[in-house]
Amino acid sequence: MRHLIEITDLSRSEIAALLDLADDMRARPRDYGDTQKGRILATLFFEPSTRTRLSFESAMLTMGGSVLGFSSADASSTSKGESLQDTIRTVACYSDIIAMRHPKEGAPLAAVQKADVPVINAGDGGHNHPTQTLTDLMTIRREKGRLDSLTIGLCGDLKFGRTVHSLIQAMSRYPSVRFVLISPPELRLPDYLIQNLDDAGIPWESHERMEDVIGSLDILYMTRVQRERFFNEADYVRLKDTYVLTPEKMRLAGPDLRVMHPLPRVNEISPRVDDDPRAIYFDQVRNGRYVRMALITKLLEASV
Amino acid sequence: MNIDSIRRGIVLDHIQAGHSMELYQALGLDRLPCSVAIIRNVKSEAMGKKDIIKVDDDIDIDLDVVGYLDPGITVNIIEDSAIIEKKHLALPRELKNIAVCRNPRCITTSERSLDQLFRLTDEKRRVYRCRYCDAELKGTL
Repeated sequence: MRHLIEITDLSRSEIAALLDLADDMRARPRDYGDTQKGRILATLFFEPSTRTRLSFESAMLTMGGSVLGFSSADASSTSKGESLQDTIRTVACYSDIIAMRHPKEGAPLAAVQKADVPVINAGDGGHNHPTQTLTDLMTIRREKGRLDSLTIGLCGDLKFGRTVHSLIQAMSRYPSVRFVLISPPELRLPDYLIQNLDDAGIPWESHERMEDVIGSLDILYMTRVQRERFFNEADYVRLKDTYVLTPEKMRLAGPDLRVMHPLPRVNEISPRVDDDPRAIYFDQVRNGRYVRMALITKLLEASV
Repeated sequence: MNIDSIRRGIVLDHIQAGHSMELYQALGLDRLPCSVAIIRNVKSEAMGKKDIIKVDDDIDIDLDVVGYLDPGITVNIIEDSAIIEKKHLALPRELKNIAVCRNPRCITTSERSLDQLFRLTDEKRRVYRCRYCDAELKGTL
């Protein structure tokens, strides 16, 4: 049984094959219109989401499959005190594959211990978000034509930003990648990820001002400071608007920069940047649907 | 100072001086009905000073706990007043239900039936990380 808990569950060649399939699905979606007919995807969202849940559902429906699930913990038996593992065992009886988001870190690993259908981690707290990373990799590869030899700036909440953690883990496996980490001191990348970069000899640098480094980047990956990750509201208010990308700052960037964001955004990218051809975050959203189609297909193939 | 030698049991030797009580608690030796001797600050050529624990019974010791706390400890198995086996320890690759993850965001804080699992991620710095949330195991057991 194959699951996707963290991005490193997939080898580089498996990722390449997934992205190839996703590109083809994006080019010719109708060719895949009934490939999952009769199959059921369960979307278990113990924490709210718009994009991720809808993109999973859209992916399954595009392939002729069906979808069931819930979109908040209040709507499940969790509110009655049911354990996560019991919920998973139950839902596995009703579905062929599960996509799960949970506020607790490591919840997917707990889930797969009891699941006899493939489980996809659709985000676990501030820990990992591998399908967003697949979306990001697809977007970068389509825009740049490669995943190696890139300078990637990551800006905002690097401490709790699970999309950032997964993207760094994924991109660390490609040669000649360099990371530029832009955050306030309170939201720096966790030590274990810094340690991983150092152990692997991957170059990185840390900055507090976006303006100082934007001109050297191939990719600028913006993130939201997430209110739901703070125990203290005052800390959130103090840090939430640290970075705002504006057309004025974009003038400091090169013509080949691409600006990405996992969305939703709050204030960190001015809407005035949206029409800049270097802003590709809505195309990134589109890719999310096709990469999830490819992932569902591959995991169901592997579980037959 | 004389401590009677034991006929059948276990001797934990080469404990870093001052750490025997920590080991005594972690292994649950305080709950044993047999005699247990804790000898502190014994002169040692190699270590300067060391602690020793002698257990006057053949009990099962969790070697992963001992290895995690101090991989330099030697475990001697005694029978008929002689050492029949000398176990040299190493840092265990994985800890199962030995320590508890203290990350309040970890699934193990709410899903109580889960095994507490840690893996050794950096042998040189003796770093263990939670298998679920990747948080570093900090402090003593």
